[in-house]
Amino acid sequence: MLRYTIPLIVFIGLVLFFADGLQRDPRQVPSPFIDKPAPELGVPRLKTPDQEIYRSDLLGKPALINVWASWCVACRAEHEVLLRLARETQLPIIGLNYKDKREAALQWLANLGDPYTTIAVDADGQVGIEWGVYGVPESFLLDPQGVIRYKQIGPLTWKVVEEELIPLIQSFETQGG
Amino acid sequence: MIRRLLLVITLMGTQAFAADPAIFEFDDPTQAARFQQLAEELRCLVCQNQSLADSHADLAGDLRREIHQKMQEGATNEEIVDFLVQRYGDFVLYRPPIRPTTYLLWFGPALLLVLGFGVFIVSMRRRNQSLTPTLSEAEHRRMAKLLEEED
Repeated sequence: MLRYTIPLIVFIGLVLFFADGLQRDPRQVPSPFIDKPAPELGVPRLKTPDQEIYRSDLLGKPALINVWASWCVACRAEHEVLLRLARETQLPIIGLNYKDKREAALQWLANLGDPYTTIAVDADGQVGIEWGVYGVPESFLLDPQGVIRYKQIGPLTWKVVEEELIPLIQSFETQGG
Repeated sequence: MIRRLLLVITLMGTQAFAADPAIFEFDDPTQAARFQQLAEELRCLVCQNQSLADSHADLAGDLRREIHQKMQEGATNEEIVDFLVQRYGDFVLYRPPIRPTTYLLWFGPALLLVLGFGVFIVSMRRRNQSLTPTLSEAEHRRMAKLLEEED
């Protein structure tokens, strides 16, 4: 009896192991930035290019950094979520306009609406490298101390907002942040 | 059809050429070789099954430029790899570091081999044992009796 059950158990174990592996999304690379201070920005703002935006500008309350570009198809779907987020919460949304043309970016905002508190311009992708961005859209949730607490790879959905962002933001408040 | 296929093959060739790191200038050939080796050890996060040296992704190009620039500034291989790991995690490395979370990855195959060998030895022993007949007390007596009768 044992000679049949042991291989069967081993086989079922392997099937479960591989099934788990196959269901993971290989695009979701765990970010080394979680619970680390956010990197510097130090780039011009989209609407007022003579002004720069720094990490220190984001401190004091939670903030969402959203990496986007007008050429990014997935950003279009995400845009609705960002607009709703801006409408329904107090969370400042800082855009990071990644490798985009200024006119195209401004046109996008004029057409689709502007959920951003302010937008930083990453013209050559240098800030993206500093932040470990490897595709747009990506979003980072910063706590009031400027520490990255959550990273979303790919478009934000309202489900993510409700299940991840809002509970985290509430936890910052209870921590007295 | 054949013409189209040829076109595809030709285009594939030029694409591979576009990713050629030779577009970067190096002072001496050992630097170029070092660059190539580094780029081959690092994974492109966009295509994931390609190294930075092979990938045509935009990000891979940016990261190659970053590596080149850091080399020009005199950074060591270790510093460059650390720079990328800090930003993209261990995932950028084709050879992950040996640490508790990767023990299974590094030693799992050897462990399986040893385990399999152990199972093999044990089952061989069992088989040998079952081949050498063991008789019970009653069987012994019966056999002795049979042998006696034959005489």
